[in-house]
Amino acid sequence: MSNGVQEDFSLAALRAGDKAEFARLVEAYSAVIYRLALKMLENSQDAEDILQETFIKAYRALPGFDGRSSLSTWLYRIATNEALMLLRRRKQVEVSIDEPVDNAEQDGEPLQIVDWCCMPEEELMSSEARKYLDEAIDTLPQSLRVVFLLRDIEGLSTRETSEVLGLSEVAVKTRLSRARLRLRELLSGYFGGRMLRPAEAEGEIS
Amino acid sequence: MERKECCKLLSSLSEYIDGELGDEICHEIEHHLSGCDNCRIVVDSLRKTVYLYHATAAPPAVPDDVRQRLFHSLDLDEFVKRQV
Repeated sequence: MSNGVQEDFSLAALRAGDKAEFARLVEAYSAVIYRLALKMLENSQDAEDILQETFIKAYRALPGFDGRSSLSTWLYRIATNEALMLLRRRKQVEVSIDEPVDNAEQDGEPLQIVDWCCMPEEELMSSEARKYLDEAIDTLPQSLRVVFLLRDIEGLSTRETSEVLGLSEVAVKTRLSRARLRLRELLSGYFGGRMLRPAEAEGEIS
Repeated sequence: MERKECCKLLSSLSEYIDGELGDEICHEIEHHLSGCDNCRIVVDSLRKTVYLYHATAAPPAVPDDVRQRLFHSLDLDEFVKRQV
């Protein structure tokens, strides 16, 4: 067990239950944990529950924290486990949110071949486009979504993401690739449509 | 268009845009892209997709009331006041 300082926190103080040090930890990581939970659960009340549950569990588990992974990776792991458990519980009662089967065969070759990259940035990042970007993430099955969120939104490395999710690095890369290709497909449909008929373009995801 | 080659490359493109592939496969991809407009568009739009998500990601923030309740649930009320 390492007793050193990690990410500017004293592990010894955290393990000993020092409240001031724990408050600093909450201060440092609550915002990223909340953002991740919001994107995973698409619901602010659920996200708040997961946020609280994550730090309650962390406080209880800190005395046994071995310091092998970083504190941030460890917190992300608690949060994603909590969020996935919540989703699994939901699934038992709400059949309608059943995820598509995680099957590579579903991902065919790219269908949308539209060169929308040269559209002006203000159009690519308009508030309507941002809304579409968010909705596109929500269409991803959770197994791909959580990898995309950790890698491309939270900025974790492949190795950190594999630690958080307990997946191999190869599995992380494969899922990230599939998530990005699906999003590219959706964005190409959306921006391609806007290029062709900018005045009347609609942004629904079918 | 050599469709087989396009499909073969597809699964490598995500790592390609991250710059995580070895020289040999990068060279192979670039050689293919120089002669395949469709794949070039897929690579460009894939790169742009990732860029847009990076560029538009909401800065992490916890609304004030959520933050108050979080500190309260952790019995840390004495510490939340200092931050406001």
